[in-house]
Amino acid sequence: MQAGQAARIVERRPGAGYLRAVAAVVWKDLAAELRSRELLGAMLVFALLVILIFNFALELDVRVRATITSGVLWVTFAFAGTLGLNRSMAIEKDRGCLDGLLLAPVDRSAIYFGKAIGNLAFMLIVEAIVVPIYSALYNTNLFHPGLLLVILLGSIGYVAVGTLLASMAVQARTRDMLLPILLFPVALPILVAAVKASNGFLQSLPLTEVMPWINLLLVYDVVFAAVSLMVFDFVVEE
Amino acid sequence: MEATPRGLKGLTWLTAAMFAAALYLVLFYAPREAVMGDVQRVFYFHVAAGWVGALAFLVTAVSGAIYLARADRRWDNIATASVEIGVVFTLINIVSGSIWARPIWNTWWTWDPRLVTATVMELIYIAYLMLRQGIEDPDRRARFGSVYGILGFLSVPLTFLSIRIWRTIHPVVVGSGDPTAEGSFDMTSRMLQAFMFSLLTFTFLYATLLWHRVRLGRLSEKVEQLKMKVLSA
Repeated sequence: MQAGQAARIVERRPGAGYLRAVAAVVWKDLAAELRSRELLGAMLVFALLVILIFNFALELDVRVRATITSGVLWVTFAFAGTLGLNRSMAIEKDRGCLDGLLLAPVDRSAIYFGKAIGNLAFMLIVEAIVVPIYSALYNTNLFHPGLLLVILLGSIGYVAVGTLLASMAVQARTRDMLLPILLFPVALPILVAAVKASNGFLQSLPLTEVMPWINLLLVYDVVFAAVSLMVFDFVVEE
Repeated sequence: MEATPRGLKGLTWLTAAMFAAALYLVLFYAPREAVMGDVQRVFYFHVAAGWVGALAFLVTAVSGAIYLARADRRWDNIATASVEIGVVFTLINIVSGSIWARPIWNTWWTWDPRLVTATVMELIYIAYLMLRQGIEDPDRRARFGSVYGILGFLSVPLTFLSIRIWRTIHPVVVGSGDPTAEGSFDMTSRMLQAFMFSLLTFTFLYATLLWHRVRLGRLSEKVEQLKMKVLSA
């Protein structure tokens, strides 16, 4: 970071250089996905299957649905998100791409941000498809601006800490099993706050009851992003 | 094999004596609570174990941060030692709470925020141990452990804030709390003395165990190095 600031004085637009590095990593992930279409397809089918299983497991009739929709949605997002996080880091590790990325003469945090934004994009795309499908299947209107905001904030926090933990998990022996075990307990504050806030908006509770949860989401978004940014160097270091 | 340091021997005996005294204070000196009866005596060690758990995880997070800054393996040794102790004491905290809750709340377990956060804390550090098991390279294991120890600790403050954020049925005996919570009580001065002494004893117990475990970690590392030397020779 300090190097970046020093360079800013010398050169004219190294800030733009940092952003370009982030954008390049994001673009790389999106382009690879656009050509292979492995990840999004799997995440989507998986998400729909989870909803399907919930339908049978919980007998989602009209009365039940009203109170547990937010819970079902967030479990679905969390599971599908784990799938995506694992895959996006496993690709880097398996084909030695991560080493190539680390050799690039950019700040390591740019790589973290690039991967995190890429993961966030995949998660948001899946959510953008799951939410309307859920609305149609269960005849409930989920297009509440508050709910969409909560989904955005919750995904940011989940991906911020998830990207860091996924890059740790892929380097361990038990990698596929490890990510959910590492991620779920740490991300729990995000998930709890997101479920409670979503529920508040879906039940049209007064804003004063929803705001504490939104605030908690914001706090954890900032905390997780900041900590991950600071320690990412140590995770990818050889 | 090096001899046990004098300080450690002394500390171990002191802790053993304090533990006996704490048992006496809790079981005989402290008066029987009027409403709950003898089961209330669980409270002294229950809170003390919870305190040691939280303290241990704080030590892990701090030593992890120092390890990342200095890359000195000794700090990582402290961090792991502390996690192992913390996991055991948090488990004692949860189990003793359950034993108390059975007669008082009429259930072993309830999905109260305070209980859930304590359990999540336990799960985080079990995950920490599993993470370390899955990595062979010692430097990388130390780095990942430090990172996860710091990240995991961010969920622990939530344990303490939870009681103020959510409405809870878990009693708050220390500090201001909702007096209507099921199973809350006022401490008499004798109870307070027994409680404070339990806290102190458990803190000493933590220090003793930590010292033993750090020493064990150092010795096992030494054995590892000797093995390497023999194999390469």
